[in-house]
Amino acid sequence: MMKGKAHIFGDDIDTDAIIPARYLITSDPDELAKHVMEDADPDFPSKMQRGDLIVAQKNFGCGSSREHAPIAIKGAGISCVIARSFARIFYRNAFNMGLPIFESDEAADKVSAGDEIEVDMDSGVIKNLTKNEEYRAAPIPPFMQELIRSGGLMESVRKKIGS
Amino acid sequence: MGMTITEKILAAHAGVESVRPGDLINCRVDIALANDITAPIAIRNFRKINAKKVFDRDKVVLVMDHFAPAKDIASANQIKFVAEFAEEQEITHFYDGAEMGVEHTILPEKGIVGPGDLVIGADSHTCTYGALGAFAAGVGSTDLAAAMVTGEAWYKVPETILFELKGKPAKWICGKDIILYIIGMIGVDGALYKSMEYSGDMISHLSIDDRFTISNMAVEAGAKNGIFHADDITKEYVEGRFQREPVYYESDADAEYFQRIVINGDELEPQVAFPHLPSNTRGISEVGEVRVNQVVVGSCTNARYSDIELVANLIKGKKVAKKVRMIVIPSSPAIYSRAMKNGLLEILIDAGAIISPPTCGPCLGGHMGILADGEKALTTTNRNFVGRMGSTKSEIYLAGPAVAAATAVTGKISSPEEIV
Ligand code: SF4
Repeated sequence: MMKGKAHIFGDDIDTDAIIPARYLITSDPDELAKHVMEDADPDFPSKMQRGDLIVAQKNFGCGSSREHAPIAIKGAGISCVIARSFARIFYRNAFNMGLPIFESDEAADKVSAGDEIEVDMDSGVIKNLTKNEEYRAAPIPPFMQELIRSGGLMESVRKKIGS
Repeated sequence: MGMTITEKILAAHAGVESVRPGDLINCRVDIALANDITAPIAIRNFRKINAKKVFDRDKVVLVMDHFAPAKDIASANQIKFVAEFAEEQEITHFYDGAEMGVEHTILPEKGIVGPGDLVIGADSHTCTYGALGAFAAGVGSTDLAAAMVTGEAWYKVPETILFELKGKPAKWICGKDIILYIIGMIGVDGALYKSMEYSGDMISHLSIDDRFTISNMAVEAGAKNGIFHADDITKEYVEGRFQREPVYYESDADAEYFQRIVINGDELEPQVAFPHLPSNTRGISEVGEVRVNQVVVGSCTNARYSDIELVANLIKGKKVAKKVRMIVIPSSPAIYSRAMKNGLLEILIDAGAIISPPTCGPCLGGHMGILADGEKALTTTNRNFVGRMGSTKSEIYLAGPAVAAATAVTGKISSPEEIV
C-alpha cells in the first residue's frame, strides 16, 4: 500500500525535465534526487516529501533513455507515478528497476494537487482520500508482475546465470 | 496473415515462425550498445549480480560521445570507469579519443550494424539503424545490462503504422523536413509503443543519410522503431562495409497495419519545430521573424557528410551573421577528415563557423555551445525540450541543414531560398 500527497504535472513531461542532462555526470540516487523534476517545477525538490506521488497526463517520461530519470524519482522517495500514459522506454525502465507506475485516465482527470492518495499495488485500485473517490488503473501485464516479483530484471538474470 | 518487416525480424530473433502484435517474446540480440552516460549504470548492474563475462566481446559496443572529450572531472571519471571495463572484458568496439564520434553515426559507418540485425542500445536514438532495415530500439541501462550478460532481451511486438511516402520531394526537402512534418502531424506520442514503417516511391529519392535522419527521430513520435526496407541505395551503402552477412527482410503484401498515412512529396516545405516540442512544427513560410543567437549543425540526426556538404555549399562565399555563433560538429572522425580533405571545413571556417570535434556536445546541453538565459538557437538536432541545450530560459528551434545554413547567414530563421 502506498500513501501520500499528489503532485500534478501535465502532458509530455520529458526526461530533460525529470532530470536535466547537466546532472548526468553521476548516477548516484541521492545526488540525482536533489534535482528531480527541477526543470518542470524548480520548487519541487524542496516541497515534496518522501512517500508523495506524481500524477501526470499523457506520455510521461518521453525523450531520452536515461535511467537517471526513474532513479531520481525513486531516490527522492516518490512512492509511485500515475499517468494517463508513459513513454515506452520510461515504462520499461520503471519496471526493470522497481519503481511502481500506473496508467489511469480516471486519476489523471480527477486528482488535484495536494489530494491524499492511496494506491494498492496488487489490485491497482487508487483511492483519493481527500475527495473520497476511487479510480482504476490499467492492470499490470503478468509478465511485468513476474519481473517485480523476482526483484527486478537483474535479479531474474542472476537466477538465469546462477551467480 | 502476413507479417511486417519488424515482425519478421523479431520472429527470427526469437526463434519462432511468426509473431503478432502484443506477443511478449525473448530475442537474441546482434549488437548491444551503451555510451558514457548509460554504460556506467549498466556496468554497476553487471557487477551487482556477479556476472563475469559479457555474452560476446565483439557484440557489445561502448561509445564515449556524450560528455567526451571529458567536459569536467566527474565526466572524465565516468569515461575512465567504462574504459576500464572495456579493457577487462576485451571489448572489440570501444570508441574514445581519436576514434570518438556520435554513436549512431559510427555504428553504421563502421559496418557494426546492418540489415536484418536486432540492435538494443541504452540510448533512445538507437532507432537510427532502422534506416538500414534493422530492428533497433532504445532501452535503459538495466535492459542493456541484462543483454550484455545474456545476449537476449524481451520485447512486446508492436503494432505498425505504415507511412507511404509518395512522389518526389519538393525543392530543399530533406529527411529532417519529412520526419518533422510527420511528428507535427501525429504528435510526440502519435506512435507511442508502435513501429513506424516507411514505403512508397519517394524513398528512391532519399539518400541513406536522409533515411538515417528519419529513423533517428522515430522516438520523438514515441515509437519503438522506425524502419525502411533495403533497396539498391541501402545495398550500395552496406556492401564492403557491413562486417557480417546482411539479411534483407520485406513486409508481406498482406501484412496487417494499425494505420496507414500517406505523405505527398509536393505538399512539403522546409519545416521548423518551435519550442518546446518536436511536434510544434511550422512550414518555413509561416515562421515569421525569429532572430537567433546560435546555429548548430550537429548530432546523430543531421551531421553526416551530406549534411555538412549541403551547409558548406550553401554558405560558400558568404558570412555568418554578426552576433551569431555557428557551430558545426561533424559526427564522426571519418566525416571530419573527409570534410577537411574536400575543403568543406575551410569554406565553413572562412564563413565564420566554429568547428567542434565529433561529440554530442550541445545537443543535450553537455558542452561546446550551451545557451544562456533568453538565447535562441536554430539547430539540426532532435529535441527542443525546455533546457535541453542549456538554460531553461533559452529556446530551441529544430530544422534541417539547409534552413540551418540560411539562418546562420541571415541571423533569423530563413529559407535556403533567401541565400541562393
Ligand atoms: S547526438 Fe544528441 S541525440 Fe544523438 S546520441 Fe548524442 S545526445 Fe543523443
